[in-house]
Amino acid sequence: MPFFRKRTYRNADGKRKDMPGGLWLKCPSCSEILYKRELDDNLGVCRHCGHHFQLTRDQRIRCLAEPDSFVEFDTGITSVDVLGFTGTDSYPDKLAGNIRKTGHKDAVSCGEARIGDHEVALGVMDFSFLGASMGSVVGEKVTRLFEHGLERRHPVVLCCASGGARMYEGMFSLMQMAKTSAAIARLNAAAVPYIPVLTHPTMAGVMASFATLGDAILAEPGALIGFAGPRVIKETTQQELPEGFQRAEFLEKKGLIDLVVPRSELRATLARLLDFLCPSPAAPEPV
Amino acid sequence: MPPLTLLPFEKPIADLQAKLEELRALSAKGEVDVDAEAGLMEKKIQAMRQKIYGDLSPWQKVQVARHPQRPYTRDYLEALVPDFTELHGDRLYGDDRAIQGGLGTLGGRRVLILGTQKGRDTRTNLECNFGCPRPEGYRKALRLMRLAARFGVPIVTLIDTPGAFPGLESEERHVAEAIAVNLREMFTFPVPIVVTVIGEGGSGGALGIGVGDRILILEHAYYSVISPEGCAAILWKDRAFADRASEALKLTAQDLHQAGLVDEILPEPLGGAHQDPPAMARRLGEAIGRHLDELSRLSGDELLAGRYEKFRAMGVYAEEAAPAETAPPEDADAPPAEPAD
Repeated sequence: MPFFRKRTYRNADGKRKDMPGGLWLKCPSCSEILYKRELDDNLGVCRHCGHHFQLTRDQRIRCLAEPDSFVEFDTGITSVDVLGFTGTDSYPDKLAGNIRKTGHKDAVSCGEARIGDHEVALGVMDFSFLGASMGSVVGEKVTRLFEHGLERRHPVVLCCASGGARMYEGMFSLMQMAKTSAAIARLNAAAVPYIPVLTHPTMAGVMASFATLGDAILAEPGALIGFAGPRVIKETTQQELPEGFQRAEFLEKKGLIDLVVPRSELRATLARLLDFLCPSPAAPEPV
Repeated sequence: MPPLTLLPFEKPIADLQAKLEELRALSAKGEVDVDAEAGLMEKKIQAMRQKIYGDLSPWQKVQVARHPQRPYTRDYLEALVPDFTELHGDRLYGDDRAIQGGLGTLGGRRVLILGTQKGRDTRTNLECNFGCPRPEGYRKALRLMRLAARFGVPIVTLIDTPGAFPGLESEERHVAEAIAVNLREMFTFPVPIVVTVIGEGGSGGALGIGVGDRILILEHAYYSVISPEGCAAILWKDRAFADRASEALKLTAQDLHQAGLVDEILPEPLGGAHQDPPAMARRLGEAIGRHLDELSRLSGDELLAGRYEKFRAMGVYAEEAAPAETAPPEDADAPPAEPAD
């Protein structure tokens, strides 16, 4: 037994940074103080101003799927440092840190779930895992989600969030855009519905692939949605960006988003849309 | 043609060339006979060029790919498609000069050929927006490719772009959607598609016309998920580290070929495509023609199945057998986190 033990400080190693000190939080939008449990009960939406906090993937699944209906698949897929990335920090370390932080192996979870009366293939992306960037794992799991939906003729619902492609995997990441889009082409041809739900933030490579290829595109209020980030646009073009630029409401006005839907109404809206698109979900497809 | 611009790492070649010029000047005055000496010097220059170009770093390759006198899409069109008939506009908004395309004959085959286009001077650069397409460019490309698919015409695309234009109007007209739709639709055209990266392959803006049955790349071209400068700005907080980023990103033709992401590397003339554009054009025309010949033996269904499988297989990951029961997640009760950006 050593006489002196190295003291450890919880925050110093970056662990559990997002754990609040107490039971109270401040809304970043209206600065009201919120009681954490009440916020959780309200699906992470500020009851004063309607600000939508980001959700963990488990909260997100609880919000979208019927209770206890989600069964995850493809849980054993993990990222590898395919390029032996020689940047400022090591990719394997980054991955390990994010796995520790989130308790998940990568940035998306996919499975079977029920929404209303519909068996759906449901995917949720988790921005807290490396900005939900898309590398080979995200691309593969999303593609399998589409293929799963196609095989069973189950509609696909994918809750999107992402900073874009994952640089650490170089061109393998970029090609995931093509791979996922190819799978959607097959869903479209088979008339299996696909509805992405865009949450804060959904950008770049994910936007330029499966996030914008839905039969209907839903978005949460206030979500930042776009291709290039606002800072890049300002720096490259020196343009002044209008109020509300790249927000869900702005894009609904500009014709990209079908519907901005408050979180509390998402599940019901999805169920209703699916009722319209596949009226008898239980009936087998005529051969 | 103005003298070729020398890149920073070509300084040793420049020094030798200056000496050669001096010798020639002396010779012109008839003061000394320098033929033998000059011949020797030329050999030296050639050897130096071979040495430098045989061992280019990724960042040096990026500079060659961006050489201001590198042949662009229109140069290849002039050399390879004598009857090129341009078709303008997306029929929705406008005609983006950063993507140009039309019908023509390439090596005896009718093709729909389109590519991203850069400018050579201020005027043409403004016209082509420095090779950065706006949404209407991608939508024009889509319109033309649909036309080709309808009439059974093979599609040839040439990629040379720093990336899609990151501007206010691009966002307002949904450049992300325009690229995404192209990605999806290019998997539905039952005609051969041959893609060649001729210079810069800038991320999603390049991929937006980059889905095909064959992906070719010129020897010193690059294709990257993010520009070296962009990557450096994020990881090193300083764009000056673009050389380090170029290495990390594995963006060279050779890296991509090794990774199985491109099918063939087209060798460039010594010193880069700009040293001998006609030779480069011949090689490009030959390669495209050869691949179109091979692909023309396949049915539409075979092409589509093969194209799907080709991209479906891209990606590297580890997979263990799924556990019998999923472990309960650690963070089930964690509060909603705020965005990290």
